[in-house]
Amino acid sequence: MKKTLSQQNAPIYEALERFGQMRVVPFDVPGHKRGRGNPELTALLGERCVQMDVNSMKPLDNLCHPISVIRDAECLAAEAFGAAHAFLMVGGTTSAVQSMILSVAGRGEKIILPRNVHRSVMGAMVLCGAIPVYVNPACDERLGIPLGMSLKDVEEAVRRHPDAKAILVNNPTYYGICSDLRSIVQLAHRHGMRCLVDEAHGTHFYFGENLPVSAMAAGADMAAVSMHKSGGSLTQSSLLLIGPEMSQGYVRQIINLTQTTSASYLLLSSLDISRRNLALRGKESFARVVELAEYAREEINDIGGYYAFSRELVNGDSIFDFDVTKLSVNTLDTGLAGIEVYDLLRDEYDIQIEFGDLGNILAYLSIGDRPREVERLVSALAEVRRRFGKEKTGLMTQEYLDPEVAVSPQEAFYAEKESLPIEATENRICSEFVMCYPPGIPILAPGERITREILEYIAYAKEKGCSMTGPEDPDILRLNVLKGV
Amino acid sequence: MDFWFSEEQTSNVKLSIRIDRQLYSGKSEFQRIDVFDSPEFGRFLTLDGYMMLTEKDEFIYHEMITHVPMAVHPKVRQVLVIGAGDGGVIRELARYPEIEHIDMVEIDPLVVEVCRQYLPQTACRLDDPRLHIHYEDGVKFVRRKVDAYDLIIVDSTDPFGPGEGLFTREFYGSCFKALREDGIMVNQHESPFYAQDALACQRAHKRIVESFPISRVYQAHIPTYPSGHWLFGFASKKYHPLKDLDEVRWNMRGLDCQYYTTTLHRGAFYLPAYVEEMLKDVE
Repeated sequence: MKKTLSQQNAPIYEALERFGQMRVVPFDVPGHKRGRGNPELTALLGERCVQMDVNSMKPLDNLCHPISVIRDAECLAAEAFGAAHAFLMVGGTTSAVQSMILSVAGRGEKIILPRNVHRSVMGAMVLCGAIPVYVNPACDERLGIPLGMSLKDVEEAVRRHPDAKAILVNNPTYYGICSDLRSIVQLAHRHGMRCLVDEAHGTHFYFGENLPVSAMAAGADMAAVSMHKSGGSLTQSSLLLIGPEMSQGYVRQIINLTQTTSASYLLLSSLDISRRNLALRGKESFARVVELAEYAREEINDIGGYYAFSRELVNGDSIFDFDVTKLSVNTLDTGLAGIEVYDLLRDEYDIQIEFGDLGNILAYLSIGDRPREVERLVSALAEVRRRFGKEKTGLMTQEYLDPEVAVSPQEAFYAEKESLPIEATENRICSEFVMCYPPGIPILAPGERITREILEYIAYAKEKGCSMTGPEDPDILRLNVLKGV
Repeated sequence: MDFWFSEEQTSNVKLSIRIDRQLYSGKSEFQRIDVFDSPEFGRFLTLDGYMMLTEKDEFIYHEMITHVPMAVHPKVRQVLVIGAGDGGVIRELARYPEIEHIDMVEIDPLVVEVCRQYLPQTACRLDDPRLHIHYEDGVKFVRRKVDAYDLIIVDSTDPFGPGEGLFTREFYGSCFKALREDGIMVNQHESPFYAQDALACQRAHKRIVESFPISRVYQAHIPTYPSGHWLFGFASKKYHPLKDLDEVRWNMRGLDCQYYTTTLHRGAFYLPAYVEEMLKDVE
């Protein structure tokens, strides 16, 4: 990083401004040529926007091999996040998570991870042939949600699989729950393993006060940070952070295996500007988000029937800490499933929330929220309960279904398969993913045995209106299973 | 000196009023507030540059939003007024001795302060002992009320900006819950004329129809509002705005009005064909 640079700078953004003033004649891609070739698109996105959609070139650097302004932006990001290095990512946090896995494990090597990992982790294992060792996340009986990993469960996994290459941790989970990250990092390092952290929902940990510990502060080796979630950058932009023990050059090589060679400058500049915002104003911004979330929780808990949960759940282990910016609400006492409340809010009240599962909803609060929208959300929840609430009846809660890994995800994915009606697949080995989306946690992953329990759960979640994705057959009437196994 | 106030009623239409002088300009947490003196309309108030009321034509709006429900409901005791920081609705309500309690919920204290100082014509009854002013979000206030009011008057600004929440399904539902079993809600319902306003008007009507068993719309002519043709919503759990209008009872009160009469009351519910059709589309 140049000595003159500070967090006040946004090198990519500044380079784009300078470049715009030069009025360079484009005989390069993109072919829309500053929007002139696609007037409808220009009308939709605005002239400024399409003029910034340019190609890598000398004054703007190149994401595959950054040496000037992108390099500077990465160094500033590393400084802001307390990392040894930061990589700007344009393939979503999915690409950041996959680069973490690909950086630490090869074919046949093990990774210890919680079952409630994002689908991107499973995808990376199909690519590299690593073997998952699942740690059963604890489950809260009342809320029906997966929690963090208990330290002794991780210790047990390490004891049984001392040859594992890495431990992966969600910090926090979609619901805002954090494991004891510092202790897990120490455990990993004691056993010569890397600690990787999926921080898709934790960008604000690096800037807010009184929030759970961030991966870099906890000493983790790598972290995938969704800048576009709580950080405010454009959708699909993300950061990959590494600690001092990782080789920057090797990680760059891994990223370049799958990352585009035409990175969008809209995404890159949005990362740059968001990093500057966070570094300069993140503390106050997230204090406001916390205040709004606390207020919303109080009001929602006042309605009755809803339980907006928070730090009171902390138990020093599987709920080591809680991210108070997450507005997670259990709906079961209203007699409504979370997914039903999610649909009612959208269809009846024009309010779109982040997700609804069987027993919970999550409303995503961020630096863009104002009190008046929170009032609407709370009132709509009160109205949903008044108009649609029922007696609490035997709603099945989301159960943790212990997976039985029969073959590696990669082997299963590429094996010869046959398609069977779903009811005929009991005891067979699945060759595809089945997810309940959102929140996108696998019910089945390639290589796992299909049990009666799993089939019942799929039928129930479908009936409740959860969107099920993954299998080749979109209606999930059939599943692909391994032939002859 | 050529000194004019202009409001863009649409991006292609402007209303301009010659100004004598500007009396006040300030910015609250929620909006910019201005007060002007003009030769034609007298003193007037704008929020974020949008016309709220003028001394010359405010009587039309305030009489029509208040006396229409008061002439229908036989026994109004408890009233909730949302918005109305200028005091015009309160002035009209204060003329009814049987009203025991008025809650007025205004989000912006500065609007009330400015109106008390510069617009005594509307703010004159803000010290009525029956009136209780609450400075908070109307969406929040009404959420906590159950079976508490005979009449709710929603005197909102436009459905963008701080008044946005007062045009939502969750707000109308909360009002339904806050009303007694024979309660009435009347609301500022935007204009049917310009496309943008018409859309807001349609959306509001749709949401009220979904929330109340009786939902009718009536009109008035307000020169300084976009197009001059303005609508109000009459939503009710029991009383019909025409069948339950008791003209004799209201006229016996001897209230002196400049716009409202019980004959006009009937006429106001007869809408132009295009408006009827527009509303029917979402019923």
